Amino acid sequence: MQRKIRILIAKPGLDGHDRGAKVIARALRDAGMEVIYTGLRQTPEQIVAAAVQEDVDCIGLSILSGAHMTLFPRVLELMRAQGLEDVILFGGGIIPDEDVPKLKALGVAEIFTPGASTQAVIEYLRELCPVGRLTRSRSIESRTPSSSSRSTGRTDSTRSASRHSRRSMTCS
Amino acid sequence: MSTTRKPASVRQEADERWREETLEPTLGKMPERMEQFTTTSLYPIKGLYTPADLEGIDFDADVSYPGQFPYTRGIHATGHRGRLWTMRQFAGFGSAFDTNKRFKYLLSQGQTGLSTAFDLPTLMGLDADNPLSEGEVGKCGVAVSSLADMEALFDGIPLEDVTTSMTINAPASMILAMYLVVAEKHGASWKKISGTLQNDILKEFIAQKEWIYPPRPSMQLVIDTFKFCTDEVPRWNFVSVSGYHIREAGSTAIQELAFTLRDGIEYVQWAIDAGMDVDAFTPRISFFFNAHNDFFEEIAKYRAARRIWARVMRDRFGAKDPRSWQLRFHTQTAGVTLTAQQPYNNVARVAIQALAGVLGGTQSLHTNSLDETLALPSEHAATIALRTQQIIAHETGVTNTVDPLAGSYFIEKLTSEMEAGALEYIRKIDEMGGMVEAIDLGFPQKEIHESAYEFQRAMERGEKLVVGVNAYTDVSDENVQPPMLVIDHTTAEFQSRRLADLRATRDQDRVTQALDLLENGAAEGRNTMPLLIDCVRSYCTLGEMCDALKEVYGEYQEPVF
Repeated sequence: MQRKIRILIAKPGLDGHDRGAKVIARALRDAGMEVIYTGLRQTPEQIVAAAVQEDVDCIGLSILSGAHMTLFPRVLELMRAQGLEDVILFGGGIIPDEDVPKLKALGVAEIFTPGASTQAVIEYLRELCPVGRLTRSRSIESRTPSSSSRSTGRTDSTRSASRHSRRSMTCS
Repeated sequence: MSTTRKPASVRQEADERWREETLEPTLGKMPERMEQFTTTSLYPIKGLYTPADLEGIDFDADVSYPGQFPYTRGIHATGHRGRLWTMRQFAGFGSAFDTNKRFKYLLSQGQTGLSTAFDLPTLMGLDADNPLSEGEVGKCGVAVSSLADMEALFDGIPLEDVTTSMTINAPASMILAMYLVVAEKHGASWKKISGTLQNDILKEFIAQKEWIYPPRPSMQLVIDTFKFCTDEVPRWNFVSVSGYHIREAGSTAIQELAFTLRDGIEYVQWAIDAGMDVDAFTPRISFFFNAHNDFFEEIAKYRAARRIWARVMRDRFGAKDPRSWQLRFHTQTAGVTLTAQQPYNNVARVAIQALAGVLGGTQSLHTNSLDETLALPSEHAATIALRTQQIIAHETGVTNTVDPLAGSYFIEKLTSEMEAGALEYIRKIDEMGGMVEAIDLGFPQKEIHESAYEFQRAMERGEKLVVGVNAYTDVSDENVQPPMLVIDHTTAEFQSRRLADLRATRDQDRVTQALDLLENGAAEGRNTMPLLIDCVRSYCTLGEMCDALKEVYGEYQEPVF
């Protein structure tokens, strides 16, 4: 059975503007993806911890406060520290044009600014993480290094397994 | 309006004849552009309104005269002929010194009142040197962490002559305490100063979501300011019940109207329950509405707001003083409608929205700057926004007569429909036990989210067009960007240094003692305002005061809805 794309929608920063985050979370869910919304005012540490725990394919950050040049780099740094190199980080919100190339150079996959349609975000994510290409499989039976690499064609199974065990630790 | 109308049946027959003889042949040749026409709130609008739509609307009872109950046509007999609205541009960025300069500039350009925007750490009750403030100091408004910043912010501004609005909610009482101590230091009498504290915590839980404490202790803090101001600062508007943020979060016009007025009802009820006399405080309650794109819907909304409030105050609460019946409001054009694409188009949007606010009878107005979707307003953009108001006031002639749209079949019908829609929501919330209970249930939050999502879908289906975003996008000036105001990290460093100096030089024993008194007093249920004023005089920081009360009240965690 094909599994769904798993996405963490996160709202860092001190502001309470969650309209965009909630609309995109709903649209992605309606498009058949599994969406976890963090709620407001999450620190980069909390966001990355949630991404590890929820074992997501993508993280979407919604930032409207102007703190994007502080928050995106911090999240990327923590993602690397946690070994989340293959998790896609994208973002949206009030982000001036001139900051977009800077963020992309740091490793942010895409920035959707106001006016981007939810359909564009859905298509982008489907393109970037087609389910057949994904590293991880959710069923317990397939959680062995060999089946994982067979199903994905990727070789990064060790980390994948370690992330699963981290998740089961928190679940127990 | 019965006095000017043929019997309803005759009118309906005439309408029917027009439909058969004139409309249908036209539609046969050329159908309308859409199957259904709706407002920006997706509210259906008919192609034609006639006297038949006035059925059930009584001129004397429902519309009446300006300055007379139920104030549908405005609270002043002379409308804007007597006095123009206050042109009040929201401003704040960087340090208190930066914003003080902008305040003085705006006053020199003919602005008639000040309006303070605080940065996010301040709005959340955090000091600039708190780790959670990193990256946010001075970005969305001015950074204020203690009395020292407030002194710099209002330095050289005559507080008895200028009215000051402060957009602050969760830590509203701390910021008011700072303002009062600054006034005291200027020698300005608390009996003479005037201004507005937003202090509307309910809409924070509903829409804006900058809270600290749970709803019930938060309401207690609000009621403390009601009592303190009523006794000590009689000209102060201690709450601005705000629909603005509810609308920005994606509500419809009817939801904005309903939730805002129901919030107003909640404050009045809590104050009465706390032993206050309704006519002693209600006249100082003010409101704050959004001016969105749909011109007539907005005007109908303001007219309905006045009518509902007048009846609620007189009939539900038994208020006797006509000032308690009169809904006064500030208006801000809709930030959410500004587009980053082709930003100069925003000047046109703002002008049309502002015109709706003026025709709706607003008491004060903020017009957004064309660059506000990109950054804080530059001085140039802020000046164009202010000039837009001056053009409406002095060049268009719309202020020559009071409530000029009254009597329009469409406007009167739409006003009544807005009223009916809002009353239905108010009834539902009453049944839940009140707005605090409705917030616990997530009711207004869910309603707003549904509307925001519906609008997004309508836009993506192409049913709602936004110029430069999903229509008319292929233009050469797409990338013409206005110059932008950039707030760099030096503000955060500057603020941190100021705080370090303050902590090193103030009387620490006095600080500790004042904070203890605050915490103990709050635990005993005493009015927090005098205790906060004492903390401010001792140069306790905003964060210290907010933390002391967290010990007593706890912190709010939003449930998952």
